[in-house]
Amino acid sequence: MKDKSIHILNFVGLGFFEPAIRLAAGEEVKKNLIALFRKVLLPVLSVGLFLLLWHSGAMVLYTIEKDARIEKALTERGQEAADLERACIESNGKDCKISTLPTPSQVWSAYQSLLADHSIISGKKAAFLEKVSATNEKRIADGLDPITYTGRPSFVDQIWTSLKTVFAGFLLALFIAVPIGIMLGLSDTLRSSVNWLIQIFKPVSPVVWLLLVTMIVVTVSKGSDGDSAFTISFISVGLCSMWATLVNTTMGVSSVDKDYINVAKVLNLSMSQKVFKIILPSSFPLIFTGLRITLSVAWMVLIAIELLAQSPGLGSFVWEEFQNGSSESNSKIIVAMFVIGIIGFLLDRIMLTIQKFVTFTEETV
Amino acid sequence: METTTEKPKLRRSDNGLFADKYMLDISQLTKIYPTPKGDYVVLDDLDLKVKHEEFISIIGHSGCGKSTLLTMIAGLNPISRGTIVVNNQTIKGPGPDRGVIFQSPSLLPWMSAYDNVMLGVKQVFAHGTKKDRDDIVKYYLSKVGLEDAMHKKAKELSQGMQQRVGIARAFALKPKVLLLDEPFGMLDSLTRGELQDVLIEVWNQEKITAIMITHDVDESIFLADRVIMMTSGPRARVGDILEIDFERPRLRKDVLDHPDYYKYREHLINFLEH
Ligand SMILES: Nc1ncnc2c1ncn2[C@@H]1O[C@H](COP(=O)(O)OP(=O)(O)OP(=O)(O)O)[C@@H](O)[C@H]1O
Ligand SMILES: [Mg+2]
Repeated sequence: MKDKSIHILNFVGLGFFEPAIRLAAGEEVKKNLIALFRKVLLPVLSVGLFLLLWHSGAMVLYTIEKDARIEKALTERGQEAADLERACIESNGKDCKISTLPTPSQVWSAYQSLLADHSIISGKKAAFLEKVSATNEKRIADGLDPITYTGRPSFVDQIWTSLKTVFAGFLLALFIAVPIGIMLGLSDTLRSSVNWLIQIFKPVSPVVWLLLVTMIVVTVSKGSDGDSAFTISFISVGLCSMWATLVNTTMGVSSVDKDYINVAKVLNLSMSQKVFKIILPSSFPLIFTGLRITLSVAWMVLIAIELLAQSPGLGSFVWEEFQNGSSESNSKIIVAMFVIGIIGFLLDRIMLTIQKFVTFTEETV
Repeated sequence: METTTEKPKLRRSDNGLFADKYMLDISQLTKIYPTPKGDYVVLDDLDLKVKHEEFISIIGHSGCGKSTLLTMIAGLNPISRGTIVVNNQTIKGPGPDRGVIFQSPSLLPWMSAYDNVMLGVKQVFAHGTKKDRDDIVKYYLSKVGLEDAMHKKAKELSQGMQQRVGIARAFALKPKVLLLDEPFGMLDSLTRGELQDVLIEVWNQEKITAIMITHDVDESIFLADRVIMMTSGPRARVGDILEIDFERPRLRKDVLDHPDYYKYREHLINFLEH
């Protein structure tokens, strides 16, 4: 039981719980205490230090901003106005809230208010759906589209939208890059003839891809009333992020161990057997490393693309809050930042775990 | 198992003549590797004939072109000049009539021992039933002593066990000619001895014409009917041939105790030290 849970934890990359479990089981107390200190206590301490630095930095920025405002009031409108301004700021009045880097506690309360907001909105949504359910059934029976909730999405809804988009983009990248990569890897001629294309398009910025995709999608989707914002952003994400997979697949396929190729020749394997039984399994570690990079790049560019394309998701959430400009908005942006980071980390962990499951070499981390 | 044990020593060839006394007929074989400093002639007009059911071993100094010769017979290495005829057919590229056991076992590490053997068996016995193929794979894996480990992944097997799979894989395809390039070169001497026994045991039953490169003089005497000594490169040829007249099946102990053993050994060592 204990060994099994340790194994599972190590497998999903949460190995730092190991000493705690061993300690609870009373094993090698001294060694595990040191391990616990190194693996658990030190990281906790560093989190504390980080929060402290952040807090004091935010306070300094707050003071600078406050002093500047009072100074401005003093020079422009005199002492009385300056005193009024100071009182207003210190009482945290609505009109003179200071907008700068929020403190950790402000971010925490913003996080909670976002959650509260979500439960209100989902309550409304549920109520709405219940109200229209009878109508919808009739509409579906009549062959009409059901009425959907069109109210403001909550923060959590935005997260789901972003995940959906990144997933669609990732799949697109997968289905484009892996087959093309295999073909390029198999044929030297093909590889050298399209190499220039890869080298030129690989470094192109996400913004440019977005513009390109927009040009095409807008024309293609003329007349249809589909969700073109979603289409545009997931295609752009796929195109930006597929290069790592393409390059890695090509490399993996073209550099299969010569011994294995000789085996295929001696056994007279057909082309498809050679590809599926030998080339793909042996280049799997490299392909998967490419896919991992692709997913993390996809998540990174997704935020920028949503922000630019004004398509729903975390990116546009950040942008709208930034436009809003209140101090509450600043805290929400920081919340979004953490959420983006944590989701990116989790996505990478998931990929790593899948990779360990499906590849034959456990050493590729 | 199968009823293919009787093999006519002489068979009618396409042109109606009894020309195929030899299973393998290499004539005027030349191999040139182009290098930046000009052409490098590894083999020059090499001739070699190997009879049906004969086991020959090839020894020679490192770099003289033994592997080059073997990969050319296997069809993995293009021929510069000359011809290689296997079972009356001039070879063009690799084929299932020639089985190869490489120096590194070259198993696919992500597959089980069973699947590694099955990969080739499926190819060669494509028309047989599933049961037949399964029988073949299991038969040869148990022949090499792996009946208990056949479902282990190849990467989990020791070097010696991997090479046992390599032997099973090669024999299971029932090739006309078996090509072995220092198959036990990477093993410790104890394991090497074990595997020589395994190899010769399977070979005694199948009698597949075999050509084996080795650096080990004792191994070549123990296994082969003839030992081919190659001259040092460049422009290597067959320098000398030694017939080993021990009876088959051979037992290691009998071979070592045989009065001719040291005579053979000296002959080979003399050639190599020249
Ligand atoms: N692809 C190649 N291009 C150029 N030269 C080569 C190539 N392959 C082998 N050679 C050269 O040909 C010669 C014969 O090589 P080969 O591998 O056949 O020797 P060998 O007898 O098998 O040696 P060893 O006993 O060490 O395995 C060597 O001098 C080698 O450097
Ligand atoms: Mg060699």
